[in-house]
Amino acid sequence: MAAITDRQRLAYANAQAADGRVNLEFETDEGMTLNMGPQHPATHGTLRIVVKLDGEQVLSCEPVMGYMHRGYEKLTEVRTYPQVTTLINRIDWLGSFANEVPFILAAERLMEIEAPPRAQWIRTALFELSRIANISLFVGDMALHIGAMTAAFYAFRDREFVLNQIEAATGGRFHPNFDRIGGLKDDLPKGWIADTKAAMERIRDFCDEMEILVEGNEIFEARTRGIGVIPAEVAMQFGLTGANLRASGVDWDLRRDEPVGLAWNEVDWNVITHPDGDSFARFWVRLQEIRESTRIVDQLLDGLPAGPYMAKVPRIIKVPEGEAWVATENPLGEMGYYVVSQGGLGPFRVKIRTASFNNVSVVPWVCRGVYVPDVITILASLYFILGDIDR
Amino acid sequence: MGLVESGKLPKPLTSLLNTSRKYSIWIFQWGLACCAIEMGAALGSPRYDVMRLGVIPLPASPRQADLVCFSGTVTDKMVPSIRRLYDQMPDPKYVISMGSCANCGGPYWDSYSVTKGVDQIVPVDVYVPGCPPRPEALLEGIVLLQERIGKEDMAERWRGEPIVVS
Repeated sequence: MAAITDRQRLAYANAQAADGRVNLEFETDEGMTLNMGPQHPATHGTLRIVVKLDGEQVLSCEPVMGYMHRGYEKLTEVRTYPQVTTLINRIDWLGSFANEVPFILAAERLMEIEAPPRAQWIRTALFELSRIANISLFVGDMALHIGAMTAAFYAFRDREFVLNQIEAATGGRFHPNFDRIGGLKDDLPKGWIADTKAAMERIRDFCDEMEILVEGNEIFEARTRGIGVIPAEVAMQFGLTGANLRASGVDWDLRRDEPVGLAWNEVDWNVITHPDGDSFARFWVRLQEIRESTRIVDQLLDGLPAGPYMAKVPRIIKVPEGEAWVATENPLGEMGYYVVSQGGLGPFRVKIRTASFNNVSVVPWVCRGVYVPDVITILASLYFILGDIDR
Repeated sequence: MGLVESGKLPKPLTSLLNTSRKYSIWIFQWGLACCAIEMGAALGSPRYDVMRLGVIPLPASPRQADLVCFSGTVTDKMVPSIRRLYDQMPDPKYVISMGSCANCGGPYWDSYSVTKGVDQIVPVDVYVPGCPPRPEALLEGIVLLQERIGKEDMAERWRGEPIVVS
């Protein structure tokens, strides 16, 4: 048997210490209480976090939510179906188009309409564009929280190219409101495909740049490697979805496993996973996902089928009685709508399942025993959006 | 009460003071919802680059800020914090209300948990409409506010009507 080197011994000791930190139960009432938020740059908006400290070490960490509660589920009851998409655009405001799709799919399932293939492909392409717009901001944002300000400027710069394409196709930079029951509002404009491919090229350059600038950075690695480790079992127990789950080594992606009425199965792409489950893994998985998304968009635009972009639907949309649940893999994780219809112009009840709510619920578990700066790293790497948590 | 507040400042001094004030605004970013990202794009991105207007978007706390930009939906739970942080800002202070939600409730006009407009809590100088407004709209709001500061008579500060960006 080969002798254990000093380096291996040190790595083992570090792993033991990290394990001990995570598993330690703190039962003391002493210590300082630190309130982060509700307006704090590190909390992506209005999340408030109450941290109990012993010196520099976190004894307990509790997220306080509800500062962005806007009552979506109640409001959907008093809106008609076309009006609801205007509202639900704003749940996860960085990937707006992705929010509309599952709701529209649920309504289509109740009405037994299927969108024509062209509409499905354009939907998927726009879905992936909004994923890129969402996650490229995460890349800059996480680096910003760790102290690298430059990356945020690069992210904002290159994100604009994707937003321009979304705006050219839909008319909205942020909230497209482009999806209709039975298809899309419009066809793609002239020259859009070539422009989008050029934008995808830029985004791939952006990924390369970020790999050199951020991932290769020693300080970034020191602050993220081994910090905030979420094992796969814990991740599944807390109901984590999306890149947070895949970074814990679970191979689970609704785009591949359950592509309801969208065109992901038609193109070639990979599900990215990482076995570590730490903050670095979550960053790495998301960065690779941008790359995969650009590949998906390129292939979708190459093989875009011709034909109508809208199915035949009645002018006044009335959804027959019934219930439907549709979930898709949104930029932040699984997002699903449970639509109950009683035959009226609007839904009777909509239950919205958003990814960030579950992703944040793991914060008290993962923050026990870490140090204060690591709380920022963990919050940044878990990546939530407040509208997505509170709804 | 100093010379400035009592309005007894000589005209050249007033204009000198106003010119220097309008090109050194420290803006406190109060990002609440979707508009926060567009505010981030306006204030933090190389394409829109707010610093060329003489606006510095990085105060560490509201105690060091001249201007606060409320961008996004104000919920009833958030109201006490907004009022408290506004009170912590030193005078003269200005407020930009960005987006339909902060102006009047926006798409949540009938929601039970949303405050219908930040102007119910704090006085607002500039309303920037849109859902969310483009970064250029926020920049125009800032420019209009600068014009207003340039023409300002300190004694009449609070009597003016709010500016609306069209």
